[in-house]
Amino acid sequence: MPKKPIAKFSVPYLQILDEHGKVDAKLEPDLGQERAVEMYRWMRLARELDERMLKLQRQGRLGTFPPCTGQEAVSVPTAMLMRPGDWFVGAFRELGGRLVRGEPLTATLDYYNGWEEGNVLPDKDLRILPTSVVIGCQIEHAAGLAYASRYKGTDEVAVAFIGDGGTSEGGFHEGLNFAAVWQAPMVTICQNNQWAISIPRAEQTHSETLAQKGIAYGMPVLQIDGNDPLAVWVAVEEAIGRARTGGGPTFIEAVTYRLLMHTTADDPKKYRTPEDEKCAWDKEPLLRTRKWLTGKGWWDDAAEEALLAEVKARVEAAVKEFEAPKDRAQDEPFRHVYGTRHAVIDEQHRDFLANIAREAEHG
Amino acid sequence: MAKLNMVQAINLALRQEMDKDATVLVLGQDVAVDGGVFRLTEGLLERFGPLRVVDTPLAESGILGSSIGMALAGLKPVCEMQFSGFSYLMMGQFEAHATRMRARTQGQLGVPLVIRMPYGGGVRALEHHSESREVLYAHLPGAKVVIPSGPRNARALLIAAIRDPDPVVFMEPKHSYRAFREEVPDEEETMPIGKCQVVQEGSDLTLVSWGAMMRPALKAAAEVEQKRGASLEIIDVLTMAPLDSDTIAESVRKTGRCVIVQEAPRSYGASSEITAQINDKALMHLEAPVKRLTGYDVVTPYFGREKNYIPDAARVVHGIEETLDFQ
Repeated sequence: MPKKPIAKFSVPYLQILDEHGKVDAKLEPDLGQERAVEMYRWMRLARELDERMLKLQRQGRLGTFPPCTGQEAVSVPTAMLMRPGDWFVGAFRELGGRLVRGEPLTATLDYYNGWEEGNVLPDKDLRILPTSVVIGCQIEHAAGLAYASRYKGTDEVAVAFIGDGGTSEGGFHEGLNFAAVWQAPMVTICQNNQWAISIPRAEQTHSETLAQKGIAYGMPVLQIDGNDPLAVWVAVEEAIGRARTGGGPTFIEAVTYRLLMHTTADDPKKYRTPEDEKCAWDKEPLLRTRKWLTGKGWWDDAAEEALLAEVKARVEAAVKEFEAPKDRAQDEPFRHVYGTRHAVIDEQHRDFLANIAREAEHG
Repeated sequence: MAKLNMVQAINLALRQEMDKDATVLVLGQDVAVDGGVFRLTEGLLERFGPLRVVDTPLAESGILGSSIGMALAGLKPVCEMQFSGFSYLMMGQFEAHATRMRARTQGQLGVPLVIRMPYGGGVRALEHHSESREVLYAHLPGAKVVIPSGPRNARALLIAAIRDPDPVVFMEPKHSYRAFREEVPDEEETMPIGKCQVVQEGSDLTLVSWGAMMRPALKAAAEVEQKRGASLEIIDVLTMAPLDSDTIAESVRKTGRCVIVQEAPRSYGASSEITAQINDKALMHLEAPVKRLTGYDVVTPYFGREKNYIPDAARVVHGIEETLDFQ
């Protein structure tokens, strides 16, 4: 018998606002002026904080961190579309989304300066999981969080992020598979920023798209322009809506670009050219968002100037708060090994304190 | 009160805790319809339904990773690794997240879950089905490792593990699953996690063991006591991490001699840590070197050769006598 096709798949692509600020009016979502401006304001704040953090790091005032510049259009609209009960499950390039979700600016500063305090949210019910430094694990967490929604009969959705490199990890595949088998309310967004440190997208996978990896698990997929906040808005709104109403998980590949280094410890000149980066800067998201807002008559140079001054002041205030002297106990980790007390920890805690006291005495 | 084997006792613990607490759920490969390959979860699907007794895809990391998510959302997952030999595929999730989330968030987020896994040799199984690797988990800060030795303590400790605020690796000595029965009270019973149990008091030597090795240890102790009238104190470790070294050290300060029986390979094994704790806390009371009777530092042989690689009562008798006779 001749072979015959038994299944056919396709990967749709969505772009609404192109790099020149031209919008497809038929597809344009109706955000309204207030939300549209709010979205841009969050993106600008995230950009400002990111740029300031880079300066702080170069001045030795901040530890190693992974910049998010250029990827603001993915996590900001996504977080704006989430409800308080939903779970924000980040990888580590979702600064804008975290801010939208309610994480203080000082949290990311604290965290990347070596303090666990940066992972302590003002309120646990903000439902933002800490950064997942190990790549890919968080997709499995999100599947479990989403399962818990079904279990409890709520309509809470887990929204998870991952990078292009992360799609090679087992955790990504196991997480998507579990979510699909369970038809769990989960949305997974891959920020395909083209680079996993030095490994380009083409060497990460032979697949034509990353989006198609979701097809293998039997879920709706979509590739979108990840520098287009309107495409993100439409795609994520649809995916969250489907998840919330029992329609199961979705996988979205948001095509973007890591404009800066992987982390501040990385030097992209080793593996890509300034021309590559120049090209990508022309497509970055803030520029086109501003053009779109301006075209709508919702934004002008004066508004831009005022916003720049405002975000600068906000970041400055956060840096000031972050750098203010704090009395942080060095023995704090001993209090958080277990949720119960045990002699083995108490003994070593005493030993630690004795060492500190001895060193303080003898210099 | 009924006479139960360990399989029935663990099943009872799960059933009672699921009856009592609607946030407790069971997940793993073949745990629902099949009732588990060892039948530990038999009857739970019928009683609690598919939302609470979940057959998962075949993926250890996915099982633990999703359990972590469930725990973060306020559920209490009891997940099963079908055999400890496959559990290494979830080690990334365990080390990176289960054990660290509490410290990472300074106590704001905890991961209360239980990972049940059958471990150890003696059942003539396929490769990867016979190892004792408790220290791989016990070494990780934030991990709790509990190893029952019989039906009654398995039941009591599993309930305690489910109620514990931390991730607990609950290692079930599969050789003991159906090896013997004990009276297990119908009414709820728990035992503290983080405590060794002195199962027999004595004055001449402290015999320490856990899991499936408790059986040859007890048998050997009875033999030595009968043969030469020695008085042995016997300690069942029960919780490997965090280790209750005080109970062991207190006993050794009294007896001056100690033998530790361990199924796992010798180097870097739990018996080495226990020996070091005895050195810290009871060295001046020792009248003989602490003896470790253990498996060997070889890849666990396939079952054709397995028998001689696992400590048995005869080896334990010999080790106890050597230590008693040490001058």
